[in-house]
Amino acid sequence: MKKYLFVILLSLSLPTQAITLDDLYKRYSPEGESAFDAERGKQLWNQKHTAEDGKIRQCSTCHGNDLSKSGEHVKTKKVIDPMARSVNAERFTKMKKIKKWFKRNCKWTVGRECTNQEKGDLIKYLTQF
Amino acid sequence: MKKPLMFAASIILGLGGMSSSHAEEGFFSSYFTFERHNEVAAVTDPDYIEECGSCHFAYQPGLMPEGSWRKIMAATALEDHFGDNAELDEDVRTHILDVLVKASADKSYYKRSKKLVSSLGDNKTPMRITDIPYIKKAHHEIPTRLIKDNPKVKSLSQCDKCHQKAAENSFDDDTVVIPGHGNWTW
Repeated sequence: MKKYLFVILLSLSLPTQAITLDDLYKRYSPEGESAFDAERGKQLWNQKHTAEDGKIRQCSTCHGNDLSKSGEHVKTKKVIDPMARSVNAERFTKMKKIKKWFKRNCKWTVGRECTNQEKGDLIKYLTQF
Repeated sequence: MKKPLMFAASIILGLGGMSSSHAEEGFFSSYFTFERHNEVAAVTDPDYIEECGSCHFAYQPGLMPEGSWRKIMAATALEDHFGDNAELDEDVRTHILDVLVKASADKSYYKRSKKLVSSLGDNKTPMRITDIPYIKKAHHEIPTRLIKDNPKVKSLSQCDKCHQKAAENSFDDDTVVIPGHGNWTW
């Protein structure tokens, strides 16, 4: 009984439905995909930021230089699954995760939350892989 | 004659079953159960497992006292969670804190939780499980090359790398296999 309850609760807590890329772009701009630019996303991805500890932080600091390979968090050593959808089909499918990690990672890396424009640009760049 | 016996048996078994559905039931009931309390209580909250366990081992709440969990789970503290940003939505944060507090080591009747709390020195609210004297003492004989300098372990905080049954709430010596080294024998 306990096990069943656990499974039911677990399934309820999981993000309910996968989001399509189109819907995702529309969340960040009423114009949808056309509002975003992969080149701008690439620049953002590679932009260097100086953190409070004086060290340089950029997306690849933890995600690595090869998006089809796993990354590793520079401080906690946590393994980060590949960003490339060619090897990790789950990327950019769950709104809850997208929101959570944009918030955390923009603050950690850039030092502030990213704008909707930046998020859309980044997604357009990253979903090429 | 058999019926009352069956009845009694089913009541006893029923009570046993009841106690296992509430991991931490209280001081007296903890003695009236078939369950053993040698290790730490299990954590089954799906939010805790999802939010915390997706980044690191889902440390059982009974591995830290309440005060530690309150410090760690403070909204501002989560923004710099051991070097990473681990912010949570406010409703999720308060729920998880509640789960942790209710089953924290100082409220637990499990053996390891009790030992760990009674080992605390001046600092009653350590920020790291690995700073707790009981935990430190249990690992002090293991050389650095097997934990910190072991590329397959990297830190004492990675419980489940060596404790093969950590996720099943068992930290017994017999279940330890150090990656790249093998069984740990004393």
